[in-house]
Amino acid sequence: MNDFSTAFGTAFSLMINLDSALVEIVGLSLHVSLTAVLFAALIGLPVGAAMALFRFPGRSIISVILSALMGLPPVVVGLFVYLLLSRAGPFGVLGLLFSPTAMIIAQTLLVTPIIAALTRQVIEDLWNEYEDQLRSLGAGPARALPTLLWDGRFSLITTILAGFGRASGEVGAVMIVGGNIDHVTRVMTTSIALEVSKGDLALALGLGIILIFLSIGVSGTAFLVRRMAEQRHG
Amino acid sequence: MITHKRHGPEILPLELIDVDYKAGGQRLIKDMTCSFNTSRRSVIIGPNGAGKSLFLRLCHGLLKPSSGSINWLGEGAQQGRDYITHRQAMVFQRPVMLRRSVVANIDYALSLKGISKQTRKDITESVLQRTGLRRKADHPARVLSGGEQQRLALARAWAMTPEVLFLDEPTANLDPAATHAVEEIITAIHGTGTCIIMTSHDLGQAKRMADDILFLHRGRLLEHAPVAEFFKNPQNDLAQAFVQGELLWWNRGQGSRNRPHKPKQNQHNNKQE
Repeated sequence: MNDFSTAFGTAFSLMINLDSALVEIVGLSLHVSLTAVLFAALIGLPVGAAMALFRFPGRSIISVILSALMGLPPVVVGLFVYLLLSRAGPFGVLGLLFSPTAMIIAQTLLVTPIIAALTRQVIEDLWNEYEDQLRSLGAGPARALPTLLWDGRFSLITTILAGFGRASGEVGAVMIVGGNIDHVTRVMTTSIALEVSKGDLALALGLGIILIFLSIGVSGTAFLVRRMAEQRHG
Repeated sequence: MITHKRHGPEILPLELIDVDYKAGGQRLIKDMTCSFNTSRRSVIIGPNGAGKSLFLRLCHGLLKPSSGSINWLGEGAQQGRDYITHRQAMVFQRPVMLRRSVVANIDYALSLKGISKQTRKDITESVLQRTGLRRKADHPARVLSGGEQQRLALARAWAMTPEVLFLDEPTANLDPAATHAVEEIITAIHGTGTCIIMTSHDLGQAKRMADDILFLHRGRLLEHAPVAEFFKNPQNDLAQAFVQGELLWWNRGQGSRNRPHKPKQNQHNNKQE
């Protein structure tokens, strides 16, 4: 019990004093996850919207695969990227394994299906509502795609936040492809895993608390965005 | 302030020949044959499920007929699909507003038509003025009241300077004041030389707004006549019952039973310009 209170005390002092190790880890975490979410959004939004708007052969198969990928365990994605980037793998020559870039790639793969699948749902609902009117104005699916992405902007922000939640919280993929190397690829989740196994609870707890706040921040932002959308657009 | 006019050759008249529309194994529109001409106002009436909305959607090109043909006979129809689309506009029963401001809703529609930015601004200004929405210009469209949204839908349609304007029960959900405003706008749009084709289940509105009445029942066009003639002396027994406000399956009129409308018998329709 005493251990815990000491650990909490140390954790808070680390956070309040902006301990350099802690700041570095949090900074890298945010850098990796935000970059991954940016790429995932750039891919997932148009792909999801296209899935909603166009009828093409194999559409339902892709749809099933996307849903399946949504629930894919991060370690599996990590393993997959590891194989691609390892020395013997097809992209081994790039020497990316155990770098932040490898972690970004893994998290992008992890988050893209989520953003694409949720976007598809949002755009499909909007298209049901708008289709007659947009066709009447002379806009087919191709012209409607950017229109619907813009009109769905509030729901899509929530979608992107959900993607960020998954990226910042996962440990399996970044552990495998990043290797949890101090000052290079160590992020919040991997260092929590490491510190706990070492028995050093203070840093783990500090990072854990920051992750909780981050999570609350994400869902709070999602809530505010939704309320703002309701107020503005009914 | 009239800043925009319609240019180019007309696509009217519109002609339907033996149009059938099937969905889910049911024939919802049956053997529909009729035509529409420039600058007339046609009101389509009939009980619920008669196929009024389907009929409008078919004419407007949102649905494809299962058999039969729908043709634009005017010279402009030679200019292709896009031209034909942009010569028409439709206002739906429940207005569909983008999640943007009032101005942006109209601007978007105009941009689809390929109109330059400055012209779009002038046109938007002018239609908002004429529909009494200028003070709401920067409001989000979806927080407007039902009546205001329908006026905005009309403003957007007006901005397109359509040659033909389709309206699907445009006042179905509105109170009398809003209904009056909408009818005035429709009349004003008609005044600029636009052909009006609308559905209604309000016989008073049909009398006020129509030059011609089309009476639909269970997917068939049973009568197509000038408004005065239709209300004074409907030929079809079901039309008689409908005009008298009777329940159709209950008490038919004395007229000929179920004689579907054939355009040949009613050619005077097109002469009364």
